[in-house]
Amino acid sequence: MATEHIDVRYVAGLARLELSDEECSVFQRQLEAILGHVESLTQLDVEGIEPTSYPAPVYDVMREDIPSASLPREAVLANAPDQAQDQIRVPKVIADA
Amino acid sequence: MSLASASISTLRRQLAAGEITAVDIIDELATAITSRDPQIGAYLSLDLAAARSAAATANLDLPLGGIPIALKDNINAIGQPCTCGSRFLERGYTAPYDATVTSRLRAAGAIPFGRVNLDEFAMGSATENSALQITRNPHDPTRIPGGSSGGSAAAVAADLAIAALGSDTGGSIRQPASHCGIVGLKPSYGRVSRYGLVAFASSLDQIGPLTKSVTDAALILQAIAGHDPHDSTSLDVPVPDYSAELEKGVAGMKLGIPREYFGEGIDPAVRSLVEQAIKRLQAAGAELVDISLPHTEHAVATYYIIAPAEASSNLSRFDGIRYGKRADTPTDLLDLYRRSREEGFGPEVKRRIILGTYVLSSGYYDAYYSRAQKVRTLIRRDFENAFQEVDAILTPVAPTPARKIGEHSADPLHEYLSDIFTLAANLAGNCAISVPCGTVPSESGTNLPVGLQILAPHLAEAKLLRVARAAEL
Repeated sequence: MATEHIDVRYVAGLARLELSDEECSVFQRQLEAILGHVESLTQLDVEGIEPTSYPAPVYDVMREDIPSASLPREAVLANAPDQAQDQIRVPKVIADA
Repeated sequence: MSLASASISTLRRQLAAGEITAVDIIDELATAITSRDPQIGAYLSLDLAAARSAAATANLDLPLGGIPIALKDNINAIGQPCTCGSRFLERGYTAPYDATVTSRLRAAGAIPFGRVNLDEFAMGSATENSALQITRNPHDPTRIPGGSSGGSAAAVAADLAIAALGSDTGGSIRQPASHCGIVGLKPSYGRVSRYGLVAFASSLDQIGPLTKSVTDAALILQAIAGHDPHDSTSLDVPVPDYSAELEKGVAGMKLGIPREYFGEGIDPAVRSLVEQAIKRLQAAGAELVDISLPHTEHAVATYYIIAPAEASSNLSRFDGIRYGKRADTPTDLLDLYRRSREEGFGPEVKRRIILGTYVLSSGYYDAYYSRAQKVRTLIRRDFENAFQEVDAILTPVAPTPARKIGEHSADPLHEYLSDIFTLAANLAGNCAISVPCGTVPSESGTNLPVGLQILAPHLAEAKLLRVARAAEL
């Protein structure tokens, strides 16, 4: 199991989380303690053990391809922080040429 | 006796006899909430007009006809808020649809009544991680109600709700039920649809009832259980009659006592009450069997890899685009994501997202996540082996009674370790229940409830409820 220290700011970036310096240092300490505890799993021999993803059998389920009503557009758009022309509006994602 | 303190079964008899109306129940609850909830803090919102109008037209012939049921504020009910105890959804989100459990409660005649507090996105064991308000234990207002379904448990225990729904990812129904002195049932994985429950950890989450009696828990489970095409993990298997065998007792049953659950770290007063409950079941005719669940000590480490991993993925939907919090004046899309999440999430949620992202990240996946999934198999096998020998297993729910509000808040690992007795049922997927088994006096003169946990095999809720009914004081 990994023994390196977690780089909290880097990992937070992967998770699209801005963090203050104070949050970073608090989380650094707390997460190292938690990761120290989970190291205990290295004591176990798991060679040849199948992983469990779900505790009960879960299958890909194909439903019949029958059209049915979904949420009305107004109901979905009603929660959008910003909207225009029946669509959700977001900041520009393409930089100026 | 106030209608607000009655059980579902009592109210159903009174409604059927025409002694009371469904609107009477709503009115008495509203009065109780106005006078007592300012001290408890269970409710986040309550649409009294909607509840009254549903009560006025309730079909009393249905199994839960006219019974108001509070919903944990992570379960969608159309037209109502669903804050998840988070700043992220405090404004800017109104449920556009009913969760399957909500529509099933309505179909059974029940009235969704009020939205109750929780740890933010159900992450916590004290309801102190709610970004919106503190909820207090009705038995001692200086103490936590437990969590994450702390609002559900406190509302039922304080007679501010007849019953409530909660969600349980690692003990979030059973532990608050134990701390508040009520019944809390976590159904088997796949027994109840999670469609419309805001997802925390999808291989662990289940919805279940918090009630004043085991009989009431059976009635609510009956209404919400069963296959749902909207949740592919809900099992397409028959739903038995959960009330039919409730009173059959435990004579001749084999009940397992796992030695790993009675070792160091458990409060002697808690242990004594749980042991007395076990002796009562023995006196009622059950045979006690010493068993071992050898991987118990690894449950916390396994859970706190798997649950945050799934949470980090599930909570990526909170991006500031489609609903809820959006940061002001973003410079670009990435800035919008990062600052909306920074401003919208509280510390425990951020901690778990970072932990989950880390254990799934390139280079660490095998060491943490993959290994934890294999240990999960070992924990599941422990239960499979035990249930070859016994009908059900008896343990404490939590190592101590409810702690003081504010203790351990800077030490998340300490808090995680207190979940030791409840996590395994979620990892293994079997059903489990907390039933009150007495109270412990505190130094300040209050009496703190303690729960007995009963665990039964996957989909063996009928047997679980039967043992629970026999254990009920």
